[in-house]
Amino acid sequence: MQAETRPGADPRPAADPQPEAEGRGWGLITGVTVALLALGALFTTLLATGRWWLPPVASAHGAEIDRLFYTILVIIGTVFLLVQLTLAYFVLRFGSRPGTRALHWHDNRRLELLWTIIPAVILVALTTMGGLVWARIHTAPPPDAFTVEVTAEQFGWWVRYPGPDGVFGRTGPGLITRQNPLGLDPGDPLGGDDVVLLNDLRVPVERPVRVFLRAKDVIHSFFVPELRVKQDAVPGRTIEFWFTPTVRGEFEIACAELCGVGHFGMRGKLTVLSPDALEAWLAEQGH
Amino acid sequence: MEAAIRSERAARGRERASRSHHEPSFVRKYIFSTDHKVIGIQYLLTSLFMALVGGSMAMLVRLQLAWPGKAWPVLGAVFPDAFRDGVMRPDFYYALVTMHGTIMVFFVLTTILSGGFGNYLIPLQIGAGDMAFPVLNMVSYWLVPPAIIVLMAAFFVEGGAPGSGWTAYAPLSAVEGSAPGSGLGQTLWLISLALLMVSFLMGSLNYITTVLNLRARGMAMLRLPLTVWALFVAAILSLLSFPVLTAAAVMLLFDRHFGTSFFLPEGLVVGGRALEVSGGDPLLWQHLFWFLGHPEVYIIIVPAMGIVSEVLATHARKPVFGYRFMVGSLMAIAFLSFLVWGHHMFTSGMHPLLGTAFMTTTLIIAVPSAVKTFNWLATLWRARIRFTSAMLFAIGFVSLFVTGGLTGMVLGSPAANTYFHDTYFVVAHFHLVMGSAALFGVFAGIYHWFPKMFGRLMNEGLGRLHFWLTFVGVYATFFPMHFLGAAGMMRRVFSPQVYGFLQQLEPLNVAITASALGLGLAQFLFVYNFGYSLFRGARAGRNPWQATTLEWYAPSPPPHGNWDEAPPVVHRWPYDYSLPGAGEDFVPQTAPEPAVVLAGGAPAGGAAGGGEGA
Ligand code: HEM
Ligand SMILES: [Cu+2]
Ligand SMILES: [Cu+2]
Repeated sequence: MQAETRPGADPRPAADPQPEAEGRGWGLITGVTVALLALGALFTTLLATGRWWLPPVASAHGAEIDRLFYTILVIIGTVFLLVQLTLAYFVLRFGSRPGTRALHWHDNRRLELLWTIIPAVILVALTTMGGLVWARIHTAPPPDAFTVEVTAEQFGWWVRYPGPDGVFGRTGPGLITRQNPLGLDPGDPLGGDDVVLLNDLRVPVERPVRVFLRAKDVIHSFFVPELRVKQDAVPGRTIEFWFTPTVRGEFEIACAELCGVGHFGMRGKLTVLSPDALEAWLAEQGH
Repeated sequence: MEAAIRSERAARGRERASRSHHEPSFVRKYIFSTDHKVIGIQYLLTSLFMALVGGSMAMLVRLQLAWPGKAWPVLGAVFPDAFRDGVMRPDFYYALVTMHGTIMVFFVLTTILSGGFGNYLIPLQIGAGDMAFPVLNMVSYWLVPPAIIVLMAAFFVEGGAPGSGWTAYAPLSAVEGSAPGSGLGQTLWLISLALLMVSFLMGSLNYITTVLNLRARGMAMLRLPLTVWALFVAAILSLLSFPVLTAAAVMLLFDRHFGTSFFLPEGLVVGGRALEVSGGDPLLWQHLFWFLGHPEVYIIIVPAMGIVSEVLATHARKPVFGYRFMVGSLMAIAFLSFLVWGHHMFTSGMHPLLGTAFMTTTLIIAVPSAVKTFNWLATLWRARIRFTSAMLFAIGFVSLFVTGGLTGMVLGSPAANTYFHDTYFVVAHFHLVMGSAALFGVFAGIYHWFPKMFGRLMNEGLGRLHFWLTFVGVYATFFPMHFLGAAGMMRRVFSPQVYGFLQQLEPLNVAITASALGLGLAQFLFVYNFGYSLFRGARAGRNPWQATTLEWYAPSPPPHGNWDEAPPVVHRWPYDYSLPGAGEDFVPQTAPEPAVVLAGGAPAGGAAGGGEGA
């Protein structure tokens, strides 16, 4: 009944596939390579922080995002080094040696529960931390926020200010023409004082800025690296978000979602200025 | 009972003998074959070919990112439509990015792991003569070449290949005229994917049925090699997720050609032209796409995990540590992978509470991933490792899986994701964990099973050199992409020169391209080794690695019907390596228990191997 030929009974193949590979020399080389790559990763990351890294943060919630990122980074960095160096050590240490056998050991419920529970605990901590920051940056905007509307289009950003009355006029897609890119309704008196500009967004420093984000054609994404702001602009929806700039200056608005052949050039300008300078500038635009 | 089984097996043997009586024609044997091994090898070779195609596209992409605007007169002469005065055109760049992603994800990694290894290994490792549905299996493979032809045809039609990315977000993919390639090219892309999805569907039905019904006598589910478990779980994932993408692709085709608006909202104005659409939602596409898309990444990595577990145990001469936890964590990963798709959409404007929910499921999935990693490490503890090429790639897999998986913790936290989403940080994450790790799984599998497939060994010296260059190459190429992402560099930019904040990244981009070119060139070592060993490799014999699983019981290569003698009967679990008291440091699954009666009374079969049925 039993088959007589068992693979175990086979003679060794004509050509031994791994004569040198059985030595410990290869273990040394392999282990050292794994370790060097891990240390190299650590070292290049430390180097990169000086040059190719997050730009200095320029918004209130951005500081919280950075703190969260660095906390996660320290945790995963530690796990990274521990696991890679353990791997390197085992590879280096446990190469085959003639005349000896591996340990026939394949179950240890205690150990396995241990390394199920420890990651679970770390992840509960990460989830809680991440959830708190996420909830905080998604609270309702303060009522005194400075309000603008941004409409994305292939390949630029239309910016609309509500004007002195503080209210946006009605718009309709049917009214869109070359001269009226946002489709402002000329019959709506509230829209008469609206100010519409292309790729030129100016906001006050140290005051919450509330943005109504829209898109005319395809999905875009409003990204200002220094502000740690990224929000997709989705046709058919008006998405509201807010942030508080903390640093005066000029920043670039980038499109972060592939939106067509000109995606890479969909660049806008964001200027953060003092409230007075902003008021003066806005008043000028009204004329 | 015993007699009945014996006579049934004898009948099966006769049937096999009569089948192999008249030699099938060349076409029936190697082209329209129903033999799972031939089909597996067809999938393998097709995928490797597509890897060369997709890889070459990546090289062009990297050239552009390192030296945007530079003239390449030679390339300009080869692709006159794609380059203007030798300078790459943006529409071609976006077509390359889209096709590179599509090819690598669907036509290389999915087809080679599920199609190639799935077909080749499942019947052999469970002790069957073939798949449950051999004809369906053949049809499943033969849908792939047409899908490839339709896909590549997109490059040659009016408007060129689509430029909406492998994720094909609507409305960019839905509205003709919103991008070059959004005409016929995008339609061909959708048809190609729909064809491929049907093929995967047939394949996965076949794998599931085969594993459930055709296991050899004694092959209880908990005696299956982990490769089979992984391929089985991946097949269930495919079965449940690919139909969703098929449906989404059909809906998108309807939006494009038959006036529906599933994905198109009212008031759309594209290029100054108002569209007559209403009622749809672009985010519906994202939900449908990622409901497939996330399980898809596990459809790729899970079989690679299985292969690596197998290769690690065999070449470390040590049982896989924690077999039951390995199976359990595969199932946990598979189940959870259906609940996390929203982590690709944190910045889409979803309700913050929904973001919190997706964060929670996403971070939970890291627990079974961690369990697997620690179990692999434990497998190596006090092992006796043979540093074969297969083993080196398996070790490389563990290293890369850890490196790439850990950055998932950053991306899975929605507040941090706000900054890193759609930057090169994401590109680094998935090229390490999916691109590189899965590819290392593929290489480990090929070096390991090549002798079985072709009866010859691959050249180990070349194999090891291939490993060193590839291992260092992927780290040098993909790790620095984290820095690009940290500096804010967006994905899918044709040129990083437009923005002031990206200017300083130029040296980094050049270094990455140099590494990528080296990495690409190193793959020709593999191509050469593969071709050379096919004809000149040393003869392998049945069991060159002294492994325990059933495929090594068959001749190399196995004949039609797989078993030259009686089909195997299984008596133990697959990982009896270095069993104390046994004559050799491995005991095949076919060895009956009494053959290794132990003096010291140490556990013989191992906890997971005990008992006939489970
Ligand atoms: C271990 C835990 C993992 C976590 C927590 C995780 C988390 C994430 C998150 C949150 C994203 C979205 C990033 C963004 O677009 O903003 C992402 C992207 C991605 N992940 Fe993972 N990931 C993990 C493992 C994996 C594995 C094992 C694979 C594949 C084998 C994978 C493949 C991908 C791919 C392909 C993308 C990008 C898709 C695209 O946008 O084109 N991830 N991952
Ligand atoms: Cu855009
Ligand atoms: Cu995902």
